[in-house]
This record gives sequence, structure tokens and C-alpha cells, in this order.
Amino acid sequence: MVSIRSIPSTPSSLTYCDLPWIIQHREDRCTLCGQCTSVCPTQAIYLTYRRQRMPNLDILKKKRGSTYRTFVGIRQHTNMANRCVGCGMCSMVCPNEAITPVPNPNDIRTRFHNNQKGQPLKRGGRKNSGATILDNIIFNRISMLTDPALDAGRHEFFENTILGRILPPEEYLKRKASGEWIPPTREIFPFIIGSMSFGALSPNMWLGLLQGAAYLNEVVGIPVVMATGEGGCPPWVLKSPFLKYIILQIASGYFGWDEIVRAIPDMQCDPAAIEIKYGQGAKPGDGGLLMWFKVSKLISKLRGVPEGIDLPSPPVHQTLYSIEESVMKMIQTLSMAWNFKVPVYPKISGSTSAKSVLNNLVRNPYASALLIDGVDGGTGAAYNVSLDTMGHPIASNVRECYLDLCAQGRQNEIPLFAAGGVGKNGNVAQNGMALIMLGASGVHMGKYIMQAAAGCLGSEKNRCNLCNIGLCPKGITSQNPKLYRRLDPDQVAQRVVDAFLAINTEVKKIMAPLGRSQSLPIGMSDAIGINDKAAAERLKIRYIC
Amino acid sequence: MCRLALKTAAEPFSPFNVLSAMEAMQEGYDGSGLGLVLRGVKFQDFSYKSEDPILSGIAHTEEAMNRLNLFMQDRGFKLKYSHEFTTDFSLIKAKDRHKYFVNVYKQPDSWNEFDKTGVEDELLLTRLNLRRNGEKHGGDLTVFSFFYDVIMIKEVGWPLGVGKALSLNDDRITARVVMAQGRQNTNYGINLYACHPFFIQGISTMTNGENTAFIPIKDWLTGKNFPGYTGFQSDSEVFTFILHYVVRHLKLPLMAYKHVITPLKTKELAVHPQGDFLLGLRNACRRLIIDGPNCVIGSMPDETCLMVMDHKKMRPATIGGKPGEWAMASEMCGVDAMIPDRDKSLDFQPMRENMIVVPPDRKELKIWSQFDPYPLHQAA
Repeated sequence: MVSIRSIPSTPSSLTYCDLPWIIQHREDRCTLCGQCTSVCPTQAIYLTYRRQRMPNLDILKKKRGSTYRTFVGIRQHTNMANRCVGCGMCSMVCPNEAITPVPNPNDIRTRFHNNQKGQPLKRGGRKNSGATILDNIIFNRISMLTDPALDAGRHEFFENTILGRILPPEEYLKRKASGEWIPPTREIFPFIIGSMSFGALSPNMWLGLLQGAAYLNEVVGIPVVMATGEGGCPPWVLKSPFLKYIILQIASGYFGWDEIVRAIPDMQCDPAAIEIKYGQGAKPGDGGLLMWFKVSKLISKLRGVPEGIDLPSPPVHQTLYSIEESVMKMIQTLSMAWNFKVPVYPKISGSTSAKSVLNNLVRNPYASALLIDGVDGGTGAAYNVSLDTMGHPIASNVRECYLDLCAQGRQNEIPLFAAGGVGKNGNVAQNGMALIMLGASGVHMGKYIMQAAAGCLGSEKNRCNLCNIGLCPKGITSQNPKLYRRLDPDQVAQRVVDAFLAINTEVKKIMAPLGRSQSLPIGMSDAIGINDKAAAERLKIRYIC
Repeated sequence: MCRLALKTAAEPFSPFNVLSAMEAMQEGYDGSGLGLVLRGVKFQDFSYKSEDPILSGIAHTEEAMNRLNLFMQDRGFKLKYSHEFTTDFSLIKAKDRHKYFVNVYKQPDSWNEFDKTGVEDELLLTRLNLRRNGEKHGGDLTVFSFFYDVIMIKEVGWPLGVGKALSLNDDRITARVVMAQGRQNTNYGINLYACHPFFIQGISTMTNGENTAFIPIKDWLTGKNFPGYTGFQSDSEVFTFILHYVVRHLKLPLMAYKHVITPLKTKELAVHPQGDFLLGLRNACRRLIIDGPNCVIGSMPDETCLMVMDHKKMRPATIGGKPGEWAMASEMCGVDAMIPDRDKSLDFQPMRENMIVVPPDRKELKIWSQFDPYPLHQAA
């Protein structure tokens, strides 16, 4: 038996077959160009020289022995820091299809070792699980004979929604007659580019999204708005006419708000809305997190902080004492900053307590909406445990809140917006419309837009998900110019437009067979069904099988 | 699909005239029932004064009829007249019919202290109590309307057959406004309450086509907790409730109904002289936007008659007539049957932005357009 010391094994020693992704490399195709090793974000692969013994097996000669052949190949590291994350950039750059990561179907042992140096796993992305309940909802109230189905291609559709508090009709008429204040509203497309901060996203990604949103508004005529997330907004945007397409977010770190407040006198237009983040679906009860890797010179200037330090936002706003008092004050303060002309609404994470938040907002005359972010929401950086195990699925949360509003007859007053997992499996229009028919006035989507518009490689198989350390191989969530220059903002804008045009058509293809065209079918729960009895009962929709 | 006919005339006429229009429109519907509203009524056997409310419905048993009489007596109503239809039960399909009642009451003296709205609310609550009473007793009592100058009859069967069964052609009851609809809700199982026209506090409408936005509208109306917004056996009932809500609760002019159910688009409102007000109204009443395909025909307590389409206008309807006499129907042949001697070239089919109104004077029909200026002073 070999002595234990001579085996290169430590408690965290792993072999390539313990890793979640295994590199398959075909030496017969490899040209040794080295592009794969240079593009790999985690430096998981390296070029190596190996020696192969070639035994001399000439049976007619007495002389025995071996000769040696040297060859060059690509191998993968097996330590945790350099493990392959399956992004597949190596395949993407390989000129000869010589390399690709494949998911390990066997025992993945890295899950026991992702706590090196006492640090639990942090990552970007979202809850690593498959289908959501939204994917199982189908639209089954089809107009055919008693009422004709509409033609999605030829009829005129009104798909927009309202962001902002709406008064009960009696109160509206009274205030209109007496010239009193009427809460501001915005007519927007019900699919909103969800909060992703300038800091979490690279400048090129952010610029591409904004260009796309502006094109959709100004050329195509689809009033798409995007939310900034915490972290402010570049001053040139704040002072531009594009600000009207932007929902500015304020969160517990107040990052970027010095710049925003200073820019108010120079603003050409009002922002679409102000979002106060109290919670986020990906990491409920936790503040935002921008890890030091991404706090570049630009970001530090924008946020008013030193370069290269972690920027964790507190879990709650410093002033938060109670929802009745502090939230009301915050909503009022921000409303006042824009002269009560901009809708101000809170964003909370999906939770069993969402209903009580909602009921407080119903009684707050300045609250414009409520955004609930479900457990499948994405993030640029969070602890894995928060991502995978904290929160509440959005479907039942938003449904419960909507039915509560219905019972009070106030479902038109406080629009509910839903987020968290919309388009998780690519069914973005179906997921969004299902949520709308459950009672949401609109949906926010972040991860889907990153995937569709910029080719984000992240997935729920824990592929890539490196957003937190700024090594995004596509340049979407990196602040390193060498990485983000890989992303062309014009191409991102083009893809944003592609995605929204497709969503727009799919929304019509869903609405038309239901016989709906004149208003967004919010709460049209008779049109949906699900093949899960328990879910049907919980959501109060039809069970179908 | 439902067929609709309404006729309004300065002189009372036999409801059978409108039933003949139902017969003319028989193609394309299953003739499974009849819903009838008579307004501006005249009884041959009784000099009716319009300050007395009329209760109409069906007692399915003698016991129910007795219970009804006791119920009304206990609440201080004095029966002034009870119309006895000359009924041929053999022509009625349903076998559980005891009496079609049309009772004229003197309302209780204790109501004198209420204002007009208060009295109308009491009439509504009385009707709802009676309806609940019937439902509690296995549905042995069906109450359609309780209001001034209105009679409602609903029955299963071919419209003309029902008319003959009740001898509506004997001129013992005539009316200045008659609305008829010729179908029971055969889609979901027959329930007399699900048959159009629907009625609440003097306001009545009937509709053809499905209401695809039914559930969100119903959810919102239910949340208003107004006692009359109940039933919802038919998805078309909400059209009546919306009209009631706009006129009675919001106290808006009739034209606002059209702006509420089929509001103009944002870019159209941007150039409308009262666009700002109407945009706010659209937002505030957003849950009441209908999505068709529907034609709504209705009448108001003052005998104003109206007709509107949904935005897509996939259920067209026609109005035609002459001064003093107008007919609306879901099919042109229905108008022909009701007023054959009119100038057909003046018939009108409303477009998506139109609301047709025949005012009580019946001199001419008014074609309102949503693009017209909206009388804001009335809204204030």
C-alpha cells in the first residue's frame, strides 16, 4: 500500500468528475490557438504539456524499453476557485469545435466545498430550480362561436396598463370638479424592464437597454419603461429627455441619490416613477450587494463611495420604524421632490406578509402601486442560501393580494405589479399574461431581458451565475472595460426591440382568442386553468386535466 | 345568439307588435325564451297612475303567491290592482307556473319621509328581499321588477308562443316602450333571472353577444357592495349595472356611459376638447371597460331609449322610425316588422363611437359621438 502522504489529497481535493461541469476537449481538433483559455472567466482551463509513454513492443528484438511522446492539451482545474462554471465561452470562441463543458450527470461534490475560507457561496442569477407554477397555467376560455375570436394581426389592441394610484370614480369626479390634486399616472406597456442597477450592469448593457426602450417608445410606439435598481443613474441620463422612460429606484443604501437630487433642477422631464425598494425576491430581508470587484472608478463616482470596496446595503431603510409612519414619510417626501407629479411606489419581496403591506398602502393616499418580487427573482449578487430558499412564489402572493383588493372593491386603485421568474423558462408573454389574469397590472422582468437582449449565459442549472464578481464573460454585468467592450450597446438595443416586439405579438395572440382587445385582461381569472388541483384551489382558478 | 327589439312610441301599443319582430328575426337564434319590458304602461281595466310601483314576476305555487301577498301587506303596501292575464298554460313549456303577477301597489305611508332616491332604494330592497324569499323556498317565487311604470315578463319558450299564452295580443296591457329579447341563457342552464332584459331601479338593458370581460367587471361591481349589484346569472347583467352606476352613483349624463364602457384611445383623447377629464374617467372606471362583442339596447325611467355598440362593433344593430315612433333591433328585419312604413333610407347603424338616444319626446333620434364635446358642467 502506498503511504498516505504520497497521494495528493486534501479534504477539499476534487477530481474533474466531482465538478458540476466537465470540460470535454478533443485533442484531434484542437489547434492550440489558446482562445478558450484566455476567454475563460474563472481560468478553469489551462494549456498543459503531457508526456505519454510509448512502449517498444518489437517482439523480434530482444531489446525492451519505451520511448516518450510529448503532447499539448487543455485540462481543467479542480480547485473551487477555478472550477468550470459551464458558461460555454470556450465553445463559443473555439474555431474548431474542439472544446465544450458538459453538465456532470453524477455526484457533484462541489456543493460540500463551496464554503472555502468560511465564506458561504455568493452568486448572481436566481433560484436554481426548474419550472415555475406560471408555466403550467394555460388560457382556456376560447372565443369561437358564441362570440367570435379576434384577429391578432388585424384588430386594434389596447394592451397598456396604468402605473399610478387611481381614485375611485366618485372621488375622481369630486376632485376634478373642485380642482384638487389627482394622483399622477403613467400609461405603460405591462412588461417592464425590472430593476437592474448601474453597477450591477455594465455601462454598455445599461446603455443598450435604454436605447432599446427609447426606440420602442419613440419609433415603435410601445411605451416600455425600465427601472434603474439601486445605484443611481448617470447624470447625462438624468438630464436627458430619456428620463421619462426610467423608473428611479431608491433603496436602503441610497446609492446615487446625491446625484439624482442635485440633477432635479436640470431635469427636462419627470421620471416614469420612483420605486422604493424595501425587499427583493432574490434575497428577501437582505439589502443590495455590489461586491468590490465591480466598484470601478465610474461606479464609485456615481455612488459617491471609494473605489474597490464592497457595497452592501442595509436590510432595511435607516429610517424605517413602521410602515404606517416611515413608508408614508418616504413616499410623501419623494412625491414632494417631484411636486406630486411622479408616481411613487414600494417594491417588496414576496412574503406571507405582503397583504398587510398592501392594506397599509391602500390607506396611504400617496402610494401609487405595489410591486411584489417573488422567490424566482434574479439578482446580481446574493448569498446562495437566500436565492434558493428564501421568499414566496409570486403567483399565489399576487393572487391573494388581488382578491383582497377585490373584497374591498379597490382593485383599480392600487395597481399590483408582479415580478420574480417571469420568463424563467422563456415563456415570458405566457408567464406575464398569467400573472395579469391572476390580478397583476403588469410584470417586471430582469433576468429574461439579460438573457434575451444580451445573451446572458446564466441558468437555473447554476450555469455561469458569476455576475457578483464582475467576470461576466459576455460583458453584461462587468465593470471591467476589457469585458464589457465585448457587448455592443447597439446590438443590445436591437435585441431589446426584438424581444418586446415578440412579446407584443404574443400578448395579442393570447388576448385575441379570449375575445379581449380593448383593455388588458387584469384579473380575468375565468380565462385561465391549471392542471394542479391544489394550485387551482389556492389560486381560485379552474382545475383542468 | 340573442335577438333584441325595442320599440318606443308616443302612443301606447301592444307588446305583440314587438313580439312579431322577434318572429321576423327568428333565423339564427334558438327562440328558447322571452324577456319583455313594458314601460309607460296602460291597463285596459285600470286607470294606472305612474306614482304607484308595479311588482312583476311569477308565483310558481299558490303558497308562494299567498306568501307574497302577506309579505307586501306586512310592509304596508296596499294592493291597488292585480292584472289577471288570460293565460293558456298549455302553451307554456314549464309546468311549475301558478300565476304571472303584475301588481300595482300604493307604497307604505311610512315612506313619505324618504326622498326620491330613498324611496327607490326601498323599492330595490323590497324586490331583493322577495327574490331571496323565493330562493329560500326552492325558487317558488321569481320577481323581475318593482318600480314605477315598469312591467317585466320572462318565460321559457318561443317568444310568440309565450305572447299567445299570456294573451298579450288582447290589448289589455299596452305600453309606450317595449323591449324584447328572445333567448334564455341556454349556454349555462336555464334560469329565469339570467334572461335579458335586466333591471335595476328603473334602468333596463338587454344585450346580444358574450361579455368577455365579465369576471373583472363583476369582481369590481361586487366590491362596491351596493345591494342591487347581485345575481350575475348572466354575463350581460353587468351592462345594466354599469349604466346604473354611471347615472345613479356618479350622476353623470347618459353620454358618459359610452365613454365608460368603450373609452376612446389615448391618442384620440389627446385631441378631444375634454380629453383630460375623459382620460381620468377612463382610468377611474377602467374595470368597467367592456370588450364585446355586444350591442346594448336600453331604456331609462323617463322613457329615454338608447343603443350602443362595443368598440369592435361585431354585433351591429339598426335603428329606424319616424317622429313619434322608433324601433331598434339587432337585425334590420326586426325594425321592418315593428315600423314597416318608415323611410328606410334614414335607418342608422351606429359606429363604434356612437350612442343613439331617442329622448322621451320621440321627435328625432340623437346620434352622439364620443368625439363630440363632452358637457363637463354636468359632470361637476
